[in-house]
Amino acid sequence: MGTETNDHAAYLLRLADDDLVHGHRLSEWCGHGPTLEEDLALGNVALDLIGQARALYTHAGKIEGKGRDEDQLAYLRDAHQFTNLLMVEKEKGDFAFTVLRLFFFAAYTKPLYERLSASTDPELAGIAAKAVKEASYHLRHAAEWVIRLGDGTGESHRRMEEALDELWPYTAEMFETDAVTDAMIARGIAVDPATFRDEWRATVRDVFAEATLDMPEEEWGHTGGRIGRHTEYLGHMLAEMQFLQRAYPGNAW
Amino acid sequence: MSEKNWPLYEVFLRPRNGLAHKHVGSLHAVDAEMALTAARDTYTRRGEATSIWVVASADIAASDPGDKDSLFEPSDADNKPYRHPTFYDIPDEVGHM
Repeated sequence: MGTETNDHAAYLLRLADDDLVHGHRLSEWCGHGPTLEEDLALGNVALDLIGQARALYTHAGKIEGKGRDEDQLAYLRDAHQFTNLLMVEKEKGDFAFTVLRLFFFAAYTKPLYERLSASTDPELAGIAAKAVKEASYHLRHAAEWVIRLGDGTGESHRRMEEALDELWPYTAEMFETDAVTDAMIARGIAVDPATFRDEWRATVRDVFAEATLDMPEEEWGHTGGRIGRHTEYLGHMLAEMQFLQRAYPGNAW
Repeated sequence: MSEKNWPLYEVFLRPRNGLAHKHVGSLHAVDAEMALTAARDTYTRRGEATSIWVVASADIAASDPGDKDSLFEPSDADNKPYRHPTFYDIPDEVGHM
C-alpha cells in the first residue's frame, strides 16, 4: 500500500471522525433539551452528522483496502487512532456551549463541503454535495441561537461569553494543514482550508455583531487532534459509545 | 429564560405545490424565525413539506364555540336546503360534473 492511499484514507477519516464525535456529543442532549422542540432539533443535527460519518467511514474503508467497514472504524479504534478536532470531543457543556460549538463547526463545514463537492474523488464529492445542505441548516439554526443568547438576558450573555472563552482557542485547529492535507490538496481531493478562512471569520464577525459578542484576537490554539493526541474527554466518550461492540463483537439489532 | 414565557405558534405545511397550507399542530418558540426552524425540525422530518407558515397563536381571531348556534345553525342543510345545488336536473349530455 502506497503513501498516497494512506493519506487519502487518513484524510477521509479526519472528516468522518469530526462528524461522528460531534454527532455523538449532540446526541447526548437527547431527552435533555431545553424544550421538546430543541430536543428534536439537536437530535436531527446529530443524526445528520452521524449519517455523514457513516458514508465517509465506508468510503475510507474502501480506499484503505484492509476490509474495515464503517462499524469497525467507528467502534473498534482507540482514542489515539481517532483524528477528530479537539473542539468536537469536549464535553457537551451547557446549551450556550453546545450551540456556539455547532456554530463554529458549521461555519467551517459549510464552505468546506461546498468546495469538496468539486473534489477529484467522485465519491467524496457526492457525500459533500449532500452534506452541504445539512451544514447550511446547522449553521442557520446555531447562528439564530448564538444571536438570541448573546443578545438575550444578562445570564444568557454571560454564558455565551464563558462558552466563547472556552471554545475560541480550539477554533484555529480547523484551519491547520500538514503533510496529509498538503498531499491531498495537491491531488485535488482535499481543499486548502486557508481558502475559506476569511469566509469563516466573516460569518463569525457578522453573527457576533448581532449577538453583541466581541470577536477575540487570534493568538495561539490547542492542537493535536489530527495526530491522535486528545483531551481526557475523548476516551470517556468512546468507552460509552463503543461499549456494546466491544462487549458483544459484531452484535447487531 | 423560562419555557412558559415562550409564545405559542401554529404551524401550517404545504404538502405539494398547488395544494393549500394545512394546519398540522403548534409549538413554542422565542420568535417567528425560531418557530420556522423548530417547525422544520418537529413537523417535516419525513419530507412532508414544500413550504412552512407559522403564525403566532395569539394573532388568530377565532369564533367562540358558544356562538355555534347563532353562527352556523341558520345555514345548515336542514334549514336552508336551497343553498345546496341539488334542485337542478342535469342534462345527460353534460356527463360528469
